[in-house]
Parts: sequence; C-alpha cells; structure tokens
Amino acid sequence: SQKLYLKIFSKLTVYTTLVGLLNARNYNFGGEFVEAMIRQLKETLKNNFYNEAVYLVRFLSDLVNCHVIAAPSMVAMFENFISVTQEEDVPQVRLDWFVYVVLSCLPWVGKELYEKKDVEMDRLLSQIEGYLKRRVKTHVPMLQVWTAEKPHPQEEYLDCLWAQIQKLKKDRWQERHILRPYIAFDSVLCEALQHNLPPFTPPGHMPDAQYPMPRVIFRMFDYTDAPEGPVMPGSHSVERFVIEENLHCIIKTHWRERKTCAAQLLSYPGKNKIPLNYHIVEVIFGELFQLPSPPHIDVMYTSLLIELCKLQPGSLPQVLAQATEMLYMRLDTMNTSCMDRFINWFAHHLSNFQFRWSWDDWADCLTVDLDKPKPKFVKEVLEKSMRLSYHQRIVDIVPATFSALIPADPIFTFKYEDETASSLPGYPTSVTVSNAIKNRASNEEILAILKEVPNPNQEDDDDEGEAFNPLKIDVFLQTLLHLAAKSFSHSFSALGKFHEILKTLTESDEGKLHILKVVYDVWRNHPQMIAVLVDKMVRTQIVDCAAVANWLFSQDMAHEFTRLFIWEILHSTIRKMNKHVQKIQKELEEAKEKLEKQQNKRRDSGDDEDMEKNSEDEEGQLEEQIERLQEKVESAQSEQKNLFLVIFQRFIMLLTEHLVRCETGSVDISTPWYKNCIERLQQVFLMHHVTIQQYMGTLENLLFTAELDHHILAVYQQFCALQL
Amino acid sequence: WGCARGKRGSWSSPPSWATETGELLRRFPGEQRSSLRWSCSLRGFLTVCLIMSVKLNALHSDSYIEVSQYRDQHFKGNRYEQEKLLKQSNTLYVGNLSFYTTEEQVHELFAKCGDVKRIIIGLDKVKKTACGFCFVEYYTRGDAENAMRFVNGTRLDDRIIRTDWDAGFKEGRQYGRGKSGGQVRDEYRQDYDPARGGYGKLAQQQRSTEARNTF
Repeated sequence: SQKLYLKIFSKLTVYTTLVGLLNARNYNFGGEFVEAMIRQLKETLKNNFYNEAVYLVRFLSDLVNCHVIAAPSMVAMFENFISVTQEEDVPQVRLDWFVYVVLSCLPWVGKELYEKKDVEMDRLLSQIEGYLKRRVKTHVPMLQVWTAEKPHPQEEYLDCLWAQIQKLKKDRWQERHILRPYIAFDSVLCEALQHNLPPFTPPGHMPDAQYPMPRVIFRMFDYTDAPEGPVMPGSHSVERFVIEENLHCIIKTHWRERKTCAAQLLSYPGKNKIPLNYHIVEVIFGELFQLPSPPHIDVMYTSLLIELCKLQPGSLPQVLAQATEMLYMRLDTMNTSCMDRFINWFAHHLSNFQFRWSWDDWADCLTVDLDKPKPKFVKEVLEKSMRLSYHQRIVDIVPATFSALIPADPIFTFKYEDETASSLPGYPTSVTVSNAIKNRASNEEILAILKEVPNPNQEDDDDEGEAFNPLKIDVFLQTLLHLAAKSFSHSFSALGKFHEILKTLTESDEGKLHILKVVYDVWRNHPQMIAVLVDKMVRTQIVDCAAVANWLFSQDMAHEFTRLFIWEILHSTIRKMNKHVQKIQKELEEAKEKLEKQQNKRRDSGDDEDMEKNSEDEEGQLEEQIERLQEKVESAQSEQKNLFLVIFQRFIMLLTEHLVRCETGSVDISTPWYKNCIERLQQVFLMHHVTIQQYMGTLENLLFTAELDHHILAVYQQFCALQL
Repeated sequence: WGCARGKRGSWSSPPSWATETGELLRRFPGEQRSSLRWSCSLRGFLTVCLIMSVKLNALHSDSYIEVSQYRDQHFKGNRYEQEKLLKQSNTLYVGNLSFYTTEEQVHELFAKCGDVKRIIIGLDKVKKTACGFCFVEYYTRGDAENAMRFVNGTRLDDRIIRTDWDAGFKEGRQYGRGKSGGQVRDEYRQDYDPARGGYGKLAQQQRSTEARNTF
C-alpha cells in the first residue's frame, strides 16, 4: 500500500539498516527480502503506481549501502532503466520517469556505486546527459508559477536534479545531509554476504499507462533570505533536493492530520543546520501553487500553515509574512491560476487572524491602473475577505486610501424598486406579480399575469405569447429574487417554488441566456450570490452548462471578464458537467454488472421453469435499462464535448480579435487583459485535462488548427506536450 | 500572526539516529525481540514490520474524521441505526457560531471543501432568530470529511467553530432545545459572550433577580 511506502520512506535509512543487520545474521532472509521487493516493484509498475515505485527503487539502492545488495548488480539495474531512453514511439514522460528514478537514487548510493563501478557510472551519466539534451521541453512554460526568470529560475524538475547530481559528483559524492545509521553498524554489515539483484527488465509501455506529469521546481528563497542562523543550501545542492523530498514526503504521509503534520515538519532531523521554517514555507507554497493542480486540496495548506504558526509562534509567522510580501512583489509575472490560489489562501488565512495586515506597506498598488496585477490582487483579497466577514469590517480594516479597492456593498439592485420606476414598461406587472406571490397565487395565476407583458422583440402579437420575451423574464425574475433577497435559502426556496414558471420562460436558448443576464443585473454587487444561484439553476435544469458558458463570454459580461468570480463559475459549471457524465457512466456500469450477475444466476439455477421465466423477465428489464442508460451516456458526453467546444471557440474568438487589433494598430499585445485571457485558456486545459483528453481529436480538427495565431496555438501545443 | 500565548513545544532532542534502530528493537516484548534477532523467515520479518507500523502509528490514521462521543438524544431509532447513519452521513453539525454569523459566511468557508448542498441555520425556537449553530450538508461524504479535517477547529467570524458528524437533518432539528428557546449550552453557561446573547440564560435571570433585590 502507498501509505506503507510513505511511512517507510520517511525513515528509509533506518529500515534499510534493519534489513542489513538481519541479512548479516541470515543470508537467506536477505535473499528472500530482495526477491519480494523486486516482485513488488514489478507489480507496482504494472499498476501505474510510479511514485511508489520510486520509493521502492530508492530502498533497494540504499540496501547497497547496507551490504545487502551488491553494487555491480544495482548498476546493472540502473543501466537497464537508462536503456529505456533508447525506445522509440513512446511518450517522453515514460523515458523521463526512468531517468528520474536513477538520478534521484544517487544522493543515497552515488558514492558507493562510483567507488565500485566508476567507468560504468560515467557511461550511465553521459547517456543521461545525452537524453536530457535532446528531450523536448515545450511543456515547461505552462507549468511555471512566474513568467520571469529572476530572482529564481523555475527549472524543469529533471534539469534541476541533473544540475544537483552534477554538483554532487564534483564534490566527489560527499553528501552530509542524509542520516545513515548503517555507518554505525559498519563493522557488522561489512561482514555480510551480498546478493545480486536478478536482471530486471523494465516493463514495456502499455497504451493505458499513466506516467507522472512533468514538474517545475518551485523556489522562492535563497541564502540571502534567512537573516540569521543557518544558511539555506543552494538551489543546485543535493541537500536541497533531499530536504525537499523529505518534507514533501512528510506532507504526503500526514496531510489528513494537520497537527501531526505540522509537528513532524517542525521536528525534521538535522533542523538545526538548516533554516527549517523557510524550507517548510517554500515546500508548502510550492505544493499550493503546483500546476496543473496541488497534490492535495487547497484548504489543507491553509489549515497546515495555521497549525505551524501555532506551534512556532515566535518564528514561523514572520517567515510566512516575509513570504507573502515576496509573493506580492512578484505578482506582475505570476501565473493567473497561482494568483487565484494566493488570493484564496491569503483571505482565508487573514480571517483566522482578525484580518491583521500592514496594508500600508502595499500602498504602491494604489499608484497604478486598477487592472494591473497588484491592485487587482488586493481587490480580490478584500472581496474574499468580505465574504468571510461583512462589508463594514473591510471598510474598517483598510486605510482610507484603499477605498477604490474596497468591494461593493453586496445589496440587491431592483429595477422596479418604487414609483420612480413607474415609467418602465414592466413596472405595473412587477407590482401585480409581487402582490400575487405574497398572496400565494398559483402558478397558473402568475402565468396569466405575465401573459400581459408586452414583448419588446415583436411588432405584432404572436399567437400564444410563447415566444421568447425578455421583458417577461426580467419582470418575473427581478420581482421574485427581490422578494427572496434576504438569504441564499430564501432565494433557493423561490427558485424551487417557481421552478415550473422558470422552466417555461427559459425553454429557448435565448431565454436561458436572458435569465442569467437578469440574475447578474440584480446581484452584480454580490458575486457570491450570483455563483450560488447559477449553480442552483444548472442543477435544477433551468439553464444548461452551455448557456452559462455563452453568458460568461458574452459582450454583456466583457467588463467583468478578468474578475475571479467569473472563472469560479465557469470551472464549477465544467465540474458539474463532468460529474454528471461520471454519474451516468457509473449507473451504466452498475446495470451491466447486475445483468451479468443475473445471467450467471440463471445459468447456475438449473432447470426450474418458473425461475427461468422470472430470470428472463428481469434480464429483459435490465437490458432495456442498459439501452436507456447507454443513450443517456452518449447524450451527456455529447453535451460535455459541446461545452468544451463552446468555451474554446469563444476563447479563440476573443484572443484572435485582440491579436489582430494589436497587430493592425502596431500595439504591444501584452496587456493585462491579454495575459489574463491567455492564462485562463491555459487554466481550462490544466484544470480539466483528464476530461479534455477524450476530445483531443475533435479539438485539433475543428479548433486548434495550423491556421490559428501562433500565440493561441502555443497553448494547445504546450498542453499536448504534457502528455507526451 | 503568532498566537499570543502559544505553548512552545519543548522537544527533548530526538534520539540519536544511530540508536533509533535500537529503539525500534527495544520496543518489542521479549519473545518477539529474540525472534527478531535469531530469525527468520520473510514472513517473520513482515510480521515484525506490521507490528512496528501499528506501534509507530496506525497505517491509516485519519483521526479528524472519526465519529465523536456525542449522540443526539432525540434521535428516532436505535443506537445501531444512529451509528450507521453517522458513518455514512454527508451532513455536519457546526457549533459555537456567533448569533450574527450568516448563511453566506458559512457557505464561503465550507465551500472550500466541496460543493455544498444546503445549509440550515439553527434557530431559537421562540424568537426564530439564529442561535449559534447550523447544519452543512455536502453532496458527497468525501467533501464532508475534508471539512472535518481542515475547517473543524478553525475560525469563522473570529470564533473557533466545531464540526461533528450529524445523522441527517430532519424537520424540527433546526431549533434549539434549551428551555428559553436557544441552545442548551446557552442556558447554563456563566461567561459573558457578546456574540451569543451575552450571559447564559440562567445567569441572566440570576442577575436580574439580584438587580431587583438590590433596588
């Protein structure tokens, strides 16, 4: 089990020492153990558990240090791994993995292997170097947290590891960070008989194999950042690699229990020789900002950082504040998806500490356009902070100079508020409908009232008033939502009560689009309410997912296009669509299983005629159900594909328009709007890559063709490169 | 952001790693220790590994999502049914809210763990105003588990809130069960909590009786 490997890995060298001692006592034990590990390794690779397999190989390599495994046989295994880089027509991520495994074992066992087999190791390293030189790195820009190379380059993970191993080699494999208990037992262990690893042929590539995605190494601190105390190991030192590996492992092991996790991180062995708080904060933010997505749910990191602050109140909060400051300073080049997470983290964190922050330190954000990253960030943080508190609180916590960044008071905007609106065409009906609802009129009565609303779209009366009538929708929904404005529950209740009417009004696509427009009109100061209402309307099928996408990309919403709530709604909508498809697929699978069981039962039931008949009936029913579900799945998948097509199409249209306009006007394309838009396109790919994979063919044929502007096509190509 | 009075953990320096292996060996009762020394077959070693894992920390430790000791005394059904529902539930009870905490604030916080199906704000039975608790129901249990792991024990509206598994909302359960209409805990508490109506109800009565007697 994965958890066992993690538990073992955090004390790897302790366990390998134990095995070494046992092997010294009992040669057969050692042999059996190694054989069992090799079997386990084969299984693990077969089942696509690549991260676990890394721990297994490292364990094996450390067994060389404990005199359980003979060094030459380990070198031979590594040679087999590296020979995979000669394979053709396989995904690059496969080759990457084998190279990564070998390199990542060298901090533990490089010295020993070089002492015994330096010629072979040199050859190995030069083969690795050759591979690293020729491998394609199109994917890297898509995974970088910042677009700038300064102050810290964000290296592709293999490049960084290679540099670290090069340096280690230059230092003659002297590695002083890893704790090695076996050194204390050397006199016993060196007497032991070693085993040879059986020849290990790496399993071949299977089409359904899922290799780990490439990564970029997140760095935000260096030796200049820790003001006193021990110095941070350099970015290309092997110590940095080992520390980061161990800290990631601790988080991976204990993320479910935040107090334990925090305690384990803070009691890292050897912590007195390194600026541990800086490493911890860097590793945590590295995970939080990881692209495509963090290894664990975002809120885990917030609660973990709070625990760490509690356990080290004298030092960790200062490091965290320093980190926040640094992240703020570099907002101009920060990837939009990462900025989203930074916003959410910071607001949630502040809400646990009475929103205490030195806002004046960030007064520079007031001196630039509000659409620039820094003021935008502050604005979004204040909006999120308001959601966790209330409007006046936000007014109170920021200096008066920040007033332009304070969110709007989240109140309802009612067009038909009072007599001042009496000249509006919908006003009389609004009053009538409002009274009708208060007097608990039936749906029929209300529909009758609404029939009287003139249709601004038509000159002549249409026969039954069934055509799309935007004014009708406007009057009814504004009035209803106004009556229900008190809370989420009130509004949900209203949507539920008048579900029939709403469905009637939104039968057409235009109707669906218009209802979303009205929701925005009345609640434009309360984006949180807009989001939950849209969610409810999708779930109750008043609008469909494509309508939401079209609405978000519509001209009416262009002025809100860079606001965070727009993208939260879009991604939430995509997720609902995905979950819907998965749900029906699951139902189909279950029905198929039921049928199979039923058929087996019949086969085994013998010759009872009555049973036979009942069974046949049941099977018939199940087969019908399966057919229906099959159709449902196909229809859902078609809707899903269409949703992505709509979204990508809209992105392409908007981006192309901008690029053409800039080109003809000889203007720089890199406006804040453009950076936001192109990174939002990236974000759609990254956040939903599993689902989008299924539709790559269609996307390539219909949308991401060679005729596309190369800026847009580059995003698509980078995405494809992630899988290769 | 340091807590004003956080206790700094004092750790004795960790055992030297060289003896940590010895530590591991020392933790076992006599017979197993000797079988460790003189063994052993692969099976023996794996048994030892298993014992070590159990002793060092259960493999599947996920204590934050465990069901607490609290059982709703008004639950309609037997203990067994209640346990079953708690173990499957997607609904959390949330306590120690301020009377002024809104559904919107609850939603914003709990939505960080997954899509929220509904929130029911707890009400004073008499006044029909918020009385400091609520239910949060998720669409999936996994999301509710994340709330138990990452939201329970953190702050909402400046107060440390507590979450616990709930067997499922039923009409009527949104009302406080205290004699005065609010929660039971607000009947008897002696402290002054401005976000929860000031003094506890009993203490309030005592105070007003005192005031009457004084004048």
